[in-house]
Amino acid sequence: MTILRAQGLGKKYKRKWALTGCSVEIEPGHVTGLVGPNGAGKSTLLNIASGMLEPTTGTIEVCGGVPGSGPEQLAKVGYVAQNTPVYANLTIEDHLRLGAHLNPGWDDKLAQRRIERLALDPKQHAGKLSGGQRAQLALTIGIAKRPELLLLDEPVAALDPLARREFLQDLMEAVAEHGLSVVMSSHLVNDLERVCDHLVVLVDSQVRVIGDVENLLATHHRLSGPRREVDTLPSDQHVISATHTDRQTTVLVRTEAPILDPAWAVADLSLEDLVLEYMANPTVVRPALEVLR
Amino acid sequence: MTWLTWRQFRVPAASVFAGLAVIFVILAITGPDLVGDTNFSDSDVLFGGTILVMYLLPAVVGVFWGVPMVTRELESGTHSLIWNQTITRKRWLTTKMGVGVLAAMIAAGLLSLAVTWWASPIDALASQGTDPGSMPRISPAVFAARGVAPIGYAAFAFVLGVAVGIVLRRTVIAMAVTIVAFAAVMVAVPFLVRPYMLPALTETVTISESTITQISANGDTGTVEWIGVRNPAGAWVLTDETVDSSGNAVAPLPDFVQGCMPGPREGPPPNMQNIQQCLAQLNDHGYTQQLAYQPGYRFWPLQWIELAFFLVLSALLTWFSFRRLRHVS
Repeated sequence: MTILRAQGLGKKYKRKWALTGCSVEIEPGHVTGLVGPNGAGKSTLLNIASGMLEPTTGTIEVCGGVPGSGPEQLAKVGYVAQNTPVYANLTIEDHLRLGAHLNPGWDDKLAQRRIERLALDPKQHAGKLSGGQRAQLALTIGIAKRPELLLLDEPVAALDPLARREFLQDLMEAVAEHGLSVVMSSHLVNDLERVCDHLVVLVDSQVRVIGDVENLLATHHRLSGPRREVDTLPSDQHVISATHTDRQTTVLVRTEAPILDPAWAVADLSLEDLVLEYMANPTVVRPALEVLR
Repeated sequence: MTWLTWRQFRVPAASVFAGLAVIFVILAITGPDLVGDTNFSDSDVLFGGTILVMYLLPAVVGVFWGVPMVTRELESGTHSLIWNQTITRKRWLTTKMGVGVLAAMIAAGLLSLAVTWWASPIDALASQGTDPGSMPRISPAVFAARGVAPIGYAAFAFVLGVAVGIVLRRTVIAMAVTIVAFAAVMVAVPFLVRPYMLPALTETVTISESTITQISANGDTGTVEWIGVRNPAGAWVLTDETVDSSGNAVAPLPDFVQGCMPGPREGPPPNMQNIQQCLAQLNDHGYTQQLAYQPGYRFWPLQWIELAFFLVLSALLTWFSFRRLRHVS
């Protein structure tokens, strides 16, 4: 069961490819964080998934349908674009009315309640809202539409830390309440850590790592000890990166098994470290063990 | 969607209709005075003004209604908000263009009705004029400011604005391109399209003292280049040229005419009798004057053809807009 499945997805703008050969499967029922360096294709992937962009190559299936293929499909997928655009000359009230007019599944109670809780004045023009309030309004429209999957493209990038925290907290509550799946991109790993239970690291259109956040944290270790070659590590330890000084070797490994070698000092990683290591080492230092044997 | 379209469109729509209301008041006040008059020289400015307004309205509709309807959304990014509601882009554009085109056609129709009514005494007099300088309602400048054709211009200008907006995505540039493109079409159609929509009538006029109404000469060389004859009343004359016995147009006129004509700048006013005798030689040598024209009674057929022509252009641009819309992001 997947809520988003892409195969060999590519998008070309004029002469430049923004995304090439991207294949990814995302499970439903999770808040999935999509991270990666600028230009990795995060926004392009989300834009294709929402139906805003047509892929140049490959296929994509979202909630069991082709993105943007018709009203049924549009009803299933919510999308909040980068910079959370809203109509500057319409009031908050107008926006909710717009949502009610254009979405058969619109949950007006939910929308009204959210606006009330956010202490926003329904008569206020959206152009006069702060960045955080605007993002909240866009999110409200996205959630009150009651989609199966909500796509968020860098929703907090432009917000100050406090607004960011509020927004994400709010998002989490909505997810818990309505049980929708979320895929959100960000380059702020700390923010994702707070809300995401799944993670996809996208580098150069390719999925570098995908999985449950807790599991990823539990299986990645930073080992440091006397200098040695990475080839001498046990075969079940998948080396992500290795650095050597004259005397010392530090390796990042992924393994299900416990680290038994007493020569290593074992440290756990933060999610940000983990993501950065994957982004900084686009190729595997010692590839899959089966290949080596 | 209709609600949102109206909510976004009501300010530009109200501005244009308010402008129209002012014009209607002016026309209603001045119009009744013209009835029964035979000299309209006092109303020259107003007459020119009504024609100008008729040309301006479609341009305004294209630039201020058509262009921003799409580019505003693309520029502010709100298209990604609206296209992710439970509504397809097609329906979104259908509603927007439907409302816009309808409003444009109503605005142009009302203004044309008012102007056509206001100018009817002037047009009636002009329809009897045989002077090449007279402006009957079928003459190009007036034609576009009367009847049903302006409805087509407004629809076309609006759709043109939308289409250019979808292609260029930037409001200001799209506005500039729309106005240039619209002006180009409005200039090109009377020269390249309208004259050929119905086959022109032709008439051969004997060159004589009584038929010649105009003589035009080159100011530097004194060469007589063209003579004009009396026009059919209320007609739009397409060509008025001198042809030789085998039917070829001659310009400038042959040497035997040049020899007996006084230069334009010399001495006392030329003797009219000499000139007329001189030109009468043309007749003796087998030259005649050939006229091609659209007669005044073809005003309404040509109006409907023009409306249909612009509606077809609008339909093509609409089709193009929807095609492009799929690839906009």
